[in-house]
Amino acid sequence: MPGLEDLYREIILDHYRTPRNRGELAPPASKAEGHNPLCGDEIQVYIDVADGIVRDIKISGQGCSISQSSASMMSAAVKGKSIGDIRNLVRRFKHMMSIEEEGNDSPIDESQSLGDLEALQGVVKFPVRIKCAVLSWNTLLDALNNA
Amino acid sequence: MSFDAALVKKDFPLLQRRINDKPLVYLDSANTSQKPQQVIDAMSQFMETTYAPINRSAYQLAAESTDAFENARSLCRTFINAPRTNEIIFTKNATEALNLVAHSWGGANLQAGDVVVLTQMEHHANIVPWHMLVQSHGIQLRWVPLTADGQLDLTNLDELLTGAKIFSFTAMSNVLGTLTPVKQLCAAAHAAGALAIVDGCQYVPHNVTDVTKWDADFLAFSSHKMCGPSGIGVLWGREELLNAMPPFLGGGNMISDVRLDGFTCAELPAKFEAGTPPITDVIGFGAAMTYLNAIGMDNIRQHEKETVSYALSALHERYGNDITIHGPTDPEVRGATLSFKFKDVHPHDLSQVLDQSNICVRAGHHCAKPLMRLLGANATARASFYLYNSLDDVDALVNALEGAGDLFSL
Repeated sequence: MPGLEDLYREIILDHYRTPRNRGELAPPASKAEGHNPLCGDEIQVYIDVADGIVRDIKISGQGCSISQSSASMMSAAVKGKSIGDIRNLVRRFKHMMSIEEEGNDSPIDESQSLGDLEALQGVVKFPVRIKCAVLSWNTLLDALNNA
Repeated sequence: MSFDAALVKKDFPLLQRRINDKPLVYLDSANTSQKPQQVIDAMSQFMETTYAPINRSAYQLAAESTDAFENARSLCRTFINAPRTNEIIFTKNATEALNLVAHSWGGANLQAGDVVVLTQMEHHANIVPWHMLVQSHGIQLRWVPLTADGQLDLTNLDELLTGAKIFSFTAMSNVLGTLTPVKQLCAAAHAAGALAIVDGCQYVPHNVTDVTKWDADFLAFSSHKMCGPSGIGVLWGREELLNAMPPFLGGGNMISDVRLDGFTCAELPAKFEAGTPPITDVIGFGAAMTYLNAIGMDNIRQHEKETVSYALSALHERYGNDITIHGPTDPEVRGATLSFKFKDVHPHDLSQVLDQSNICVRAGHHCAKPLMRLLGANATARASFYLYNSLDDVDALVNALEGAGDLFSL
């Protein structure tokens, strides 16, 4: 059985205790809301998009350490990036969580480092928690689609 | 008889399982219960020796199969002290039983503006079917509020029930563990001219049930929470009400005649049992009731009262203000289901830490989101005890919580 240290890496707990980019953005920022029906976790993702770049991102809501830290790391990773790069990052992150996009066999660009996000690699050993880790990422996709 | 949970546990093969060389501590029986060898054997033996269609073939095997099936119905009548065996309707689960009443009785008798009263501690199965009638029939819902310690606040009950057609309520909360005053609630419903529907999912597996003493109109509960298999539930209803209701699902077994221009319903209980039922599961359910009867529902209730009493003091003594346990503190008005908040640890993380010690608790909203909003929590951790949980299991929970907070302290 994988140990708790595989899941609760220090960097994850750091993002949980001190979440980055907490808050809200006023309209016309794009907003999306995500729920994990299994546990009741709720998350709101706000993004400010201009010229194809996510200029700002804020996260609100509540959830477990995995969903909260994943959201925090995500916000730090996507801020200032182009929508194309972000979509690629979402796909890479979900690939790391063993979730593949159906019908998309194109190779995944793994040239960029995942940085802090790699700390979440251990989540795949705890399959029940994968939903927690990807909640904010799916919500980000909704926010991009709404933008 | 004397009751010994450690002996009872020996009847449950799954509870002998060790994971990572540590024993299993199963504290999720409010979700679903484990099965004793007696139930497993009864189902295997039935399939090995007696399995055949029921109610529709003339050979001896089919007659034996039908007898075994109907014997379970008869056991069920006794188990809840219903007046008549034909009032026991087998459904898929308690959720289907509640949907059956809502859609059949409600669909035929409720009109726009009619009032259905629920309580704020219901789980989704006793909320959503009524919301569906709000959408389809324009009925109105009223809600009995809760007191600060998680009991029903009955101060304005009579006002809430004025003009109501139905009062549908749980006999025991799946989140708070609260036992509700069922007899009093049935009387209040009847005084207002409303029908009383009792959701017995959490109550029936743990207490002596007597629908006659309650003077209830309907009762819904599930086999899988009371040592029986999943896939089988019960709706009990008073005969005259069931007779007057339109059928719910149509098909084989529920008809006495089918013509090109229509059909005639079968008598109760077949009228509400369309299609082939889960025959072997009903046999297992019967074996589960026999098993529980042999131990005695009063013994089980007494054991759980002692367990919850011990758990409440042990948790409070060890953790003081670091733990918040929802629901009443008096074991007389609560069952052995404990929802709690531990320090600032999110229930998912708490459950993950407890899982390292093979302690199985539920983390989440327990299919009762309106109640969770009232508690101001998106989720709680819930430990629920049953006849096979000894005080050692309580100790295991108390000990495993030690240190759980340190990892996540904000």
